[in-house]
Amino acid sequence: MSDYSINKALLDEIGDLARFTARFFREVFRPRYEFSEFAHQCFVIGYKSLALVGLTAFILGLVLTMQLRPSMVRYGVEAQIPAMVSIAIVREIGPVITALIFAGKIGSSIGAELGSMRVTEQIDAMEVSGTNPFKYLVVTRTLAATLMLPVLVVLSDAISLYGSWIGVNIYDVLSLKLFWTQVIENLAYYDAIPALIKCFFFGFAVGIVGCYKGYYSKKGTEGVGRSANSAVVMASVFIFILDLLAVQITELVWYY
Amino acid sequence: MDTREPVIIIRDLCKAFGSNVVLDHFDLNLYRGENLVVLGKSGSGKSVLIKCIIGLLRPDSGRIEVFGQNVPDLRYEELDQIRAKVGFLFQSNALYDSMTVRENLEFPLRRHWMHTGQKQVDELVQMVLESVGLPHTVDMMPAELSGGMRKRIALARTLILKPAIILYDEPTTGLDPITGMEIIELIREVQQQYRTSSLVITHDLKLVKLAGERIIMLIDGKCYAQGTYDEMKTSTDPKVRAFFE
Repeated sequence: MSDYSINKALLDEIGDLARFTARFFREVFRPRYEFSEFAHQCFVIGYKSLALVGLTAFILGLVLTMQLRPSMVRYGVEAQIPAMVSIAIVREIGPVITALIFAGKIGSSIGAELGSMRVTEQIDAMEVSGTNPFKYLVVTRTLAATLMLPVLVVLSDAISLYGSWIGVNIYDVLSLKLFWTQVIENLAYYDAIPALIKCFFFGFAVGIVGCYKGYYSKKGTEGVGRSANSAVVMASVFIFILDLLAVQITELVWYY
Repeated sequence: MDTREPVIIIRDLCKAFGSNVVLDHFDLNLYRGENLVVLGKSGSGKSVLIKCIIGLLRPDSGRIEVFGQNVPDLRYEELDQIRAKVGFLFQSNALYDSMTVRENLEFPLRRHWMHTGQKQVDELVQMVLESVGLPHTVDMMPAELSGGMRKRIALARTLILKPAIILYDEPTTGLDPITGMEIIELIREVQQQYRTSSLVITHDLKLVKLAGERIIMLIDGKCYAQGTYDEMKTSTDPKVRAFFE
């Protein structure tokens, strides 16, 4: 494949995704509203991701604390571990790692589900059954992913910090109350609010990319697998790009 | 001149995918109560034809009148009203994997007839399941059913809205000969019981012979020939004869 073809394919993909996103914004405000399917998707996307997100968040907080400790001890500032860990988790590591795990679990499952529905003509069947499949499948899943990721990030941040408290107590003794006092004292709105806002964008990226890849899945089972895989890859890249933009925008908005 | 009332009229229908011309000025009439079979080899554009009729594909040009309304000109809401009267049996059955048989059957009902009460919905579900001989599968998942049973449930889902027209996309493809025969029998029974008009897309000659009152041959994107099974079988045209040899 020549460089020209690769660039053209990439631009085509970006154009198609932009059109798909524009259609989402057109359809989202238009009745009929699929409330029950949206609620079901919130349960599937949010509640059923909780165990995986919780486990990884706990391990993340614990490992981060244990990795950080030797350096902090060397400089005699181990008392600052709760402050450092909390800022790192709340501002960056919690949202990004949770979003990446979310992309792996939810992005791939949406891509595969919609892809197999496309291949087996279920999306067409939905359309002839008097249902707008874009609204029923894409709008509900994208909205649910957009709203559920921030909730999961808040929970994962809290679980990570509990993991961190256990990490601290492996070597030292620090009460939970004192740990949380240090965490809260060192966190500012500047740390929490931009991090929470960017989670909505991460969730939206995971939802819309998963739906886009699945909705336009090519024929055959190979296409379904490729949709699931490319949904994760593309969503992960978008998460990093959005993170880069978020930090720039936060700097601009907060300081100027 | 034919005095029967046409429910679908297609004139000069053209559809191409890039440089591949699939339908080239195709014409067709489907009359009320008729079982019409469109016969053509794989890849000849049969499925494209019925997807254009139901509005899943947009033709490049031509008219597709269903109950007097030109489908390509309809708005989404108007198309929905047409779709409530036209059932579509998909080649792959297209049952929703994540729903039980009951939920699959209730889905189009709840979408098209939003104000139907639960009691009436239950009665309709039971009635169509009995029509296809599978009342015991109501709480099963599609994955638990055999290929023939899935086809029957898909037909039941089509019947639940009591359509005036049913479009069948390769209804016997992928089924063993015995199950295929059962489905052909079912198609005939459904037509008699529900008095529907049927448009069957197939390359299965057994289905053509048993279910087709009139046959249209789709060759090179055109309505190449039409007539009864016997007329087609005894045709001297080499392209028509090729199907029966």
